[in-house]
Amino acid sequence: MPSRRVLVLHAHPAPHKSRVNRRLVAEAEGVDGVTVRHLYEIYPDFLIDVREEQRILESHDAIVFQHPFYWYSAPSLVKEWMDLVLEHGWAYGSGGTALHGRIFAQAVTCGGGRDVYCSEGRNRHSVRDFLLPFEQSALLCGMDWRPPFVVHGTGDLKSAGEIEPFALDYRTWLESLRDGDGRSQETR
Amino acid sequence: MDDPTAFFESALVYLAAAVVSVPVAKRLGLGSVLGYLAAGVAIGPFALNLVGDAGKTGGLMHVAEFGVVVMLFMIGLELRVPVLWRMRGSLLGLGGMQVLLSGLALAGAAMAWGVGWKASLAAGFILSLSSTAIVLQSLREKSLHGTPGGRHAFATLLFQDIAVIPMLALLPLLGTGNDSAGHGGLSGQPGWLRALAVVAAVSGVVFLGRWLVPRLFGFIARSGLREMFTAAALLLVIAIAVLMTRVGLSPALGAFVGGVVLAGSPYRHELEGDLEPFKGILLGLFFVSIGAAMDLSLLLVYPMEVAAMVGALVLVKGGVLALLSRVFRFGPDTGALYTLSLFQAGEFAFVLLGQANGMGVLNQSLTGKLNLVVALSMVLTPLALLVYQFLWMPRFGKSSAIAPREADKVDHASPVILVGFGRFGNYVGRLLRSQGHRPVILETDAEHVELTRRLGFEVHYGDATRLELLEAAGAANAKLMIIAAGDEETIDRLVETATRHYPQLKLVVRANGMNHRMALYNRGVEHVFHEMSGSALDAGAASLRLLGLPAFTAERAARRMARHDLQSARELAPVMHDESAYTAMVRERVANLENLFRMDPLHPHGEDDHAWEVDAKRRGDR
Repeated sequence: MPSRRVLVLHAHPAPHKSRVNRRLVAEAEGVDGVTVRHLYEIYPDFLIDVREEQRILESHDAIVFQHPFYWYSAPSLVKEWMDLVLEHGWAYGSGGTALHGRIFAQAVTCGGGRDVYCSEGRNRHSVRDFLLPFEQSALLCGMDWRPPFVVHGTGDLKSAGEIEPFALDYRTWLESLRDGDGRSQETR
Repeated sequence: MDDPTAFFESALVYLAAAVVSVPVAKRLGLGSVLGYLAAGVAIGPFALNLVGDAGKTGGLMHVAEFGVVVMLFMIGLELRVPVLWRMRGSLLGLGGMQVLLSGLALAGAAMAWGVGWKASLAAGFILSLSSTAIVLQSLREKSLHGTPGGRHAFATLLFQDIAVIPMLALLPLLGTGNDSAGHGGLSGQPGWLRALAVVAAVSGVVFLGRWLVPRLFGFIARSGLREMFTAAALLLVIAIAVLMTRVGLSPALGAFVGGVVLAGSPYRHELEGDLEPFKGILLGLFFVSIGAAMDLSLLLVYPMEVAAMVGALVLVKGGVLALLSRVFRFGPDTGALYTLSLFQAGEFAFVLLGQANGMGVLNQSLTGKLNLVVALSMVLTPLALLVYQFLWMPRFGKSSAIAPREADKVDHASPVILVGFGRFGNYVGRLLRSQGHRPVILETDAEHVELTRRLGFEVHYGDATRLELLEAAGAANAKLMIIAAGDEETIDRLVETATRHYPQLKLVVRANGMNHRMALYNRGVEHVFHEMSGSALDAGAASLRLLGLPAFTAERAARRMARHDLQSARELAPVMHDESAYTAMVRERVANLENLFRMDPLHPHGEDDHAWEVDAKRRGDR
């Protein structure tokens, strides 16, 4: 099958203060067939251009939200984006078929390690569990939901050498979204 | 006006009487019209006898009559053609029925009295007209002009004002052919020529209003001489009056047409502001002269007859008005106001009675009595409105009288006034318009007014620091005034005028700098906006982005600075005058700069976004 056009919607309110997320998005920008949009750069005033966003979504086959994991969810602009862009009659509801069949996935960087994100850990659930609202939103929009790409324990990843393997994994993950069936691993 | 000292002496007497009696009448709740009439009676031959007969007033009477002309011009100014068109139902239906029915009924009453049919018909229709001056003035003073009853009364008055033309034209047909009263300069000419002259004159007025006046006023505005505006406004009205008199039309009606033509022009509010004081004082003098000219001796000689005539007029006219209130299904309150405000005869009756007498339609004694009847019925009007206000309204009138601010008001008032439509104001105006608000916009740069008008904005030429202009723009009824003028002195004067005269107005004010902003806070203005800070901070944020800062961080830094600015200004404002005035002045420039630096946040990136740092997340292990 022909390769998919992949859209990475990157949302980080303070990218200059991040290490892993910044490295990952730089990697994404180097992957052929991947478009990266930095939502906080485009909408520092939160005034989302709904028509423009919808037009861009319609010209891509796979949508990826890349963001840090804040309070078991995404930064606030992602919510704003979903509230406004995923309109009734466009994304869901009667006549809302614009996103049908397109892939939806998330790439999440998370401070806590795997040990705290499990049924025995302090957070009692995995990151993937916490992303349930996104999963259900995608399903409601008739999208082809894929498991997230998660980087755990970002606080411990200080040197470029430590981060590098995740960047390569991310590239591989994106390429598989682009070319293959996209069924993928949750990383470390 | 043969004797100039006579003019000044009578002006002295008239004005002195007015200055004493009008405030007293208002204090007693009687309204200014009754005060003026009382002043007239007081100086008239039956009390102090300070004025001689009309011939000796040095032309003051004519000057006073001009007040009616100015008033109709200003009524016209408030009525744009679309508004007139929207009113066509009540104008023709209500007004037409009122004049027709009252005229016929009064004529019938007169014939029953034993007056000949021609004189009866003339007197009936003359008395069917009500007093625009008294009614509008009284309604406005009592804030009843916006109520449904007030609006119906206004529509009826308007029709009556228009009906004066055919009456003037038809009166000669009832006469003896002895056209001694004269019809202006064309009275000797054949009918077709007169008709042609009338058409030409009216077209002339339209041309004047549409083409010449905007250019003339633009020219004057650029000269920057304010008194020239007043002169031009008076010139315009006088020119129309003279033109109309020449062709035998009522000058008041010509002025009305001129007003309607100019209602859509950018100079409308300026004209209103310029003429308002003249209208007020001239109309006042007009009422004084009516009071002074009342032949009270007739009341002593024929007390029963005059009383019966007044009674008949009030009952017949009031009956017709009450009937119309039923037919047009007014509520009890609206009907009561409508009836109680229009039952009198009006100032046009004095004019028309004079004409009718001159043409031999009415004899001298009947004319004298009718004049007295008209004046007495006018005196009754403020009293009737007092009855309405204090006896009727508290019991029945709550619904319609309490909520006078409806969107469909005749006088178009917008709840928002925007002063200044330059670099600052046009942003505010466009933003308001984008959300469906249509502010009354006032601007002093004539060229700018014309340009923005062409772009579809309803901008009016005018200097808003003048109270009359603010009044004309509807400040008394507005909710919000945005002061976007550029000049500090203008801004301060506007703030002072607005807070003193229109305490209900919320103010949004442009400030020229940090010190101006603090001074405005100290004067109690809550919403003050530095004219530059918004765009300067935008420029700062853009610069930060170019220096590599993420957009959202730059945006937040700019917003934080703006908030800090606001807080600092509020905190520093109360102490800004702690030093003596002199030191403050010397230090002003230094202080300006100092204040700016004092306001700088110590931590450039702020301290409130640690949550987005990578190590913060570790702490919580979220």
